[in-house]
Amino acid sequence: MKATLHRREVVQELLRDRKKLLVVAGLGSTAWDITAAGDSPLSFPTWGAMGQAAMIGLGLALAQPRRRVLVVTGDGEMLMGLGALATIGVQRAANLSVVVIDNERYGETGMQATHTAHKVDLAAVARGCGFGESKIVTTKAGIGKLRSAIHGKSGPIFAQVKVVAEKLPLVLPPHDGVVLKERFYAALLADVLPEKL
Amino acid sequence: MRWPDDVHRALAAAGVRIVGYVPDAGHKRLIELCQADRKMRAVVLTTEEEGIGLVAGAWLGGERSVLLMQSSGVGNLVNVLGMVQVCRFPLVMIITMRGEQGEFNPWQVPMGRATPQVLEAMGVSVRRASEAKEVAPLVAEALKGETATAVLVSQSVIGIKSFQEQTEQ
Repeated sequence: MKATLHRREVVQELLRDRKKLLVVAGLGSTAWDITAAGDSPLSFPTWGAMGQAAMIGLGLALAQPRRRVLVVTGDGEMLMGLGALATIGVQRAANLSVVVIDNERYGETGMQATHTAHKVDLAAVARGCGFGESKIVTTKAGIGKLRSAIHGKSGPIFAQVKVVAEKLPLVLPPHDGVVLKERFYAALLADVLPEKL
Repeated sequence: MRWPDDVHRALAAAGVRIVGYVPDAGHKRLIELCQADRKMRAVVLTTEEEGIGLVAGAWLGGERSVLLMQSSGVGNLVNVLGMVQVCRFPLVMIITMRGEQGEFNPWQVPMGRATPQVLEAMGVSVRRASEAKEVAPLVAEALKGETATAVLVSQSVIGIKSFQEQTEQ
């Protein structure tokens, strides 16, 4: 079945009216996608550490159990760190969602096919690892439901969203790691401190 | 062996809440102490690399964390330590050494020998505990800093492991 969803529209919709959602993005296309949807200090787009986006999300979810955490990453990035799904399954982080934007390609390196182009089913892997909810999403209606789940449903939640393989204009977030880290920490602290006082 | 109890106290005193680990016989006692501590979350990892993601995420969320692993696991960290360096994430790792005195498995030797250089090449400061009493103070000192530091626990501190002992454990 040919994918019909477009990645920028999907991510835009998932992040619409994001409220207090904390967002981590895998390197490459998904980092550009979340930035195209509107940069925020409470987004942590990565430029490296391939395979670790979901684990950064887990660390954040464990440290901030009262906040919802969303990891948006690519199929290639997720494939590099599949063990993270098992680790998240064991921790059962109820506030964590991992969404793989799956174009079945390594987009930054020449659009070579990834394992998902050869039918590797990441949603089935996540289900086997103990994610309570894990789906392949192919429709706009499915994206609407996924957005609601990310904001409210008890997780961990996993979704593999099939999207069109397309080359898009780069929308780059800040690339200084210290800036990305410090702005995130400061924004979260400003949010959390009044709650604690 | 008391050093794991001392290290656990140092972690608790520094307010460490998240402990990522890949099991190692030398870390057995410390892992059990962290698992039993209701203020700590012990997170078992499939590979040491995941620990770097965990530490980074925990820091972003305002929590202190440490990683426990054996020296062979350092080989799994190399690329992701780039994130620690470029973002200047504080990082404390307690690493039990393999491939040193009394090692029964020759396949452990190359990574054990390369461990300090690999860490230093990726910007991690290396401290060495050659005696049991040195471990906890070095960990406490590392937790005070905002840098990336590895405390290497010499194999002579852990004790010599044979196949016989392995099967009896």
